[in-house]
Amino acid sequence: MTNLYSAPRQVNTFKGVTLPTYFFSVTAVAAVILSWLIFTVLRPAGDEEYEINIALVAMVGIIIFALLVFVASLRVEGRRKAIDRLAGILVTTAFLIALTPLVSLILTVVTNGVVRFDADFFTLSMRNVVGEGGGAAHAMVGTLIMTLAASAVSVPIGLLTSIYLVEYGSGKRLTKWITFFVDVMTGIPSIVAGLFAYSLFEILLGPGTRVGISGSAALTVLMIPIVVRSSEEMLRLVPNELREASYALGVPKWLTILKVVLPTSIAGITTGIMLAIARVIGETAPLLIAAGFSNDFNFNLFQDRMQSLPNFVYYSYVAQGSNPEAYLDRAWAGALTLILIVMVLNLGARLIAHIFAPKMSR
Amino acid sequence: MADEPAERALARTAGGRASERPGDRIFSGSARSAGTFILVMLAAVSAFLLVEGFPALAADPSEVGLFDGENFWQWVFPLVFGTLWAAALALLMAFPLAIAIALFISHYAPRRIATTLGYVVDLLAAVPSVVYGLWGGAVLAPALQPSYTWLADNLSFIPFFEGPASGTGRTILTAAVVLGVMVLPIITAVSREVFLQTPVLYEEASLALGSTRWEMIRTVVLPVGRGGIISAAMLGLGRALGETLAVAMVLSATGVITVNLISSVNPSTIAANVALSFPEAYGLNVNALIASGLILFAITLVVNSIARWIVNRRADFSGAN
Repeated sequence: MTNLYSAPRQVNTFKGVTLPTYFFSVTAVAAVILSWLIFTVLRPAGDEEYEINIALVAMVGIIIFALLVFVASLRVEGRRKAIDRLAGILVTTAFLIALTPLVSLILTVVTNGVVRFDADFFTLSMRNVVGEGGGAAHAMVGTLIMTLAASAVSVPIGLLTSIYLVEYGSGKRLTKWITFFVDVMTGIPSIVAGLFAYSLFEILLGPGTRVGISGSAALTVLMIPIVVRSSEEMLRLVPNELREASYALGVPKWLTILKVVLPTSIAGITTGIMLAIARVIGETAPLLIAAGFSNDFNFNLFQDRMQSLPNFVYYSYVAQGSNPEAYLDRAWAGALTLILIVMVLNLGARLIAHIFAPKMSR
Repeated sequence: MADEPAERALARTAGGRASERPGDRIFSGSARSAGTFILVMLAAVSAFLLVEGFPALAADPSEVGLFDGENFWQWVFPLVFGTLWAAALALLMAFPLAIAIALFISHYAPRRIATTLGYVVDLLAAVPSVVYGLWGGAVLAPALQPSYTWLADNLSFIPFFEGPASGTGRTILTAAVVLGVMVLPIITAVSREVFLQTPVLYEEASLALGSTRWEMIRTVVLPVGRGGIISAAMLGLGRALGETLAVAMVLSATGVITVNLISSVNPSTIAANVALSFPEAYGLNVNALIASGLILFAITLVVNSIARWIVNRRADFSGAN
C-alpha cells in the first residue's frame, strides 16, 4: 500500500520560479553597503574635511539595488517579471524622491516658525517696529476682512450660477458660454487678477489706489470659478428621483431646489466653499498688486492699504532690515500660521463632507 | 364643454406654465443673472487690462522708463522666454514624478496607506505659494548651491551648465525646482483621481490574461487615463506659468535670454517681474506692466485651450467617462 503522503511534492506548473522574499532585503542591505564603500574609496585623498553626502549614498544605493534586482529577476524569473519589478522600484523611488522636498518644507516651516509663534505675534502690529518684536495681527485682520468680503460676493454668485447651470440651463446657449468662460477663469493667473482689480480701481478712484476692497475684488475673480465648479459637481450628484418625487407632490421648482436639492448637497457644497477659501486665503500676488502693504491695523475696506498674512511673509523675507534674524523669524511664523489655517480649513472641509454626507443607498 | 376647465387645469400642471410662479421667476432670474455676471466680469477683466495696458503700447518707448530704450516687444520678449522656460523645466521635472506618485498611491501602496497619502497630497496642493517661495529662497537655494559648483566644474561643456556657478544658488534651475515641487501635488491629485477611475473590469481582464502589474498599467490604466493625464499636466503648466511669488522670492533675475541654468545671470518671468516692479512703478511703467500681464493671460489662455481641446478629443475614446 503506497503512502499518499510520501508522494513527491506537487509542483504548480503554472507558477514560474520566483525570487524568495529574503532576496530583496539582503540585496537592499548589500546595495547600501556597496554604495557607501564606493564613496569611501573614491573620497579625495588628503581632504580631511570631506564629508560623505548621505543623500548621494542613498541615491546610488537605490540605483545599485534596482540593477541587482533587475539582473537577478531577469536570470530567474524572465524578462516580463524583471520589467515589472523594475517599474515597481522606480515608482516607489519616485515617490520617495518627491517626498523629500515636501517633508523638508514642512519640517523647516515648523521648526523655524515656532520661534516667534507667541502671543505677541498674534496681538501686535508692526507699527513703529524696527528689528525684534512686533507681530502679524494687523496682517491677520486684513486677511480675514478681505477674504470674508471676497467670500460674501463669490459664494452667492458662484452658488446661484451653479444652480443655473444644473437646474435651469441644460441645453441653453448661455450655459455653454458660462461653462466655457468659467473654464477660462479657472486659468487666470492670480497676478493677472490683481492687475485687473488694480486697473478697475484706478479707473474708478484714480491712479495708485490701493485699498482692501480692491484686494477682495481680485480674490473674487479667483474664487468664483472654484465655487462654481465644485458646487456644480455636487448639485449634479443629487439623484433626479428626488427632484421628480418633489415635482410629483406639486412642489414648485424653486422650492424643490431650495428644500430638496440644496439640503441634499449642502455638505459637498460647504466642503467646496471651504476649499475655495483655503485656496484664496494664501494668495499673495493679487493682494501685493491691489491692496499694497502696511504696518498698521486697518479695519476699513474702503480706505488705505491693507496688509495680509501672505504679504506679511513676503515683505518680511524680501525687506529684511538691519536685523535680518528678527524679520526671518516673523516670516517663518507667518508661514506656519498660514499652513495651519489652510490645514484647519481642509480638515474641517473633509470632516463636514464626512459627517453630513447624505446617506444615500448602501 | 363642461370638462374644458379640467383640461386646462391638466395643461397647467403638465405644461410649462408651472414654472411661471413668481417665486420661480425670481429664483431662476437671479440664477441667470449670477451666470451673466460671470460673463460680464470676465469681459471686464479683459477690457480693463486692455484699457490700462494699451497706453504702454501706444506711447513713445523712450517715455517708458522700464523699457530702457527698447520698444515694448523687445522688453517683454525675454520675460516671455523666461516664463515659458521656467514652466517647461518645472513640468519636465514634476510630470514624471507626479505620474509615478499617482500610480504609487492608486496601484502600488497598500489600501489603507493610500487613502492617507492621497489626503496628504491634497493638503500639499493647498500650501500657499508664498510658503514655497520662503522655503525655496531660505532652504533650497543654499542646499543646491554646492551641486551647481560641481556641475560648473565638471559638466561645463554642456550649454545648460556653462556656469560660472551662482554663489547664492538663486538660479533659474532652483526656481524651476520650487515650481516643480509646487505643481507636483496638483498634477498628482488630478492624475490619481483619473487612475482610480479606470474601470476595474478592464484591469481584471488584463490581469486575467496574464499581465504583470506593470503590463496592466501600461496597457490599461495609462491609455484609459491619457486625456486626464494630459489635462493634469496642462493644469500644472498653467499654474507654473502664472506662479509669481515662488519665482520672485527665489530667483535673482537680470532679464536676459540664456539657457544657462546655474549662473547668477537669469531670465525673469512675467509674473515675478510684475510682482517685483509693480509696488514702485508709476506712470507709464504701470501700464507697461499691466500690458505684460495681459500677455501672460493670453499665454495661459492658449495653454488651457489646448488642454481642453485635447481632453475633449480624447473624451470619446476614454473609458473613464
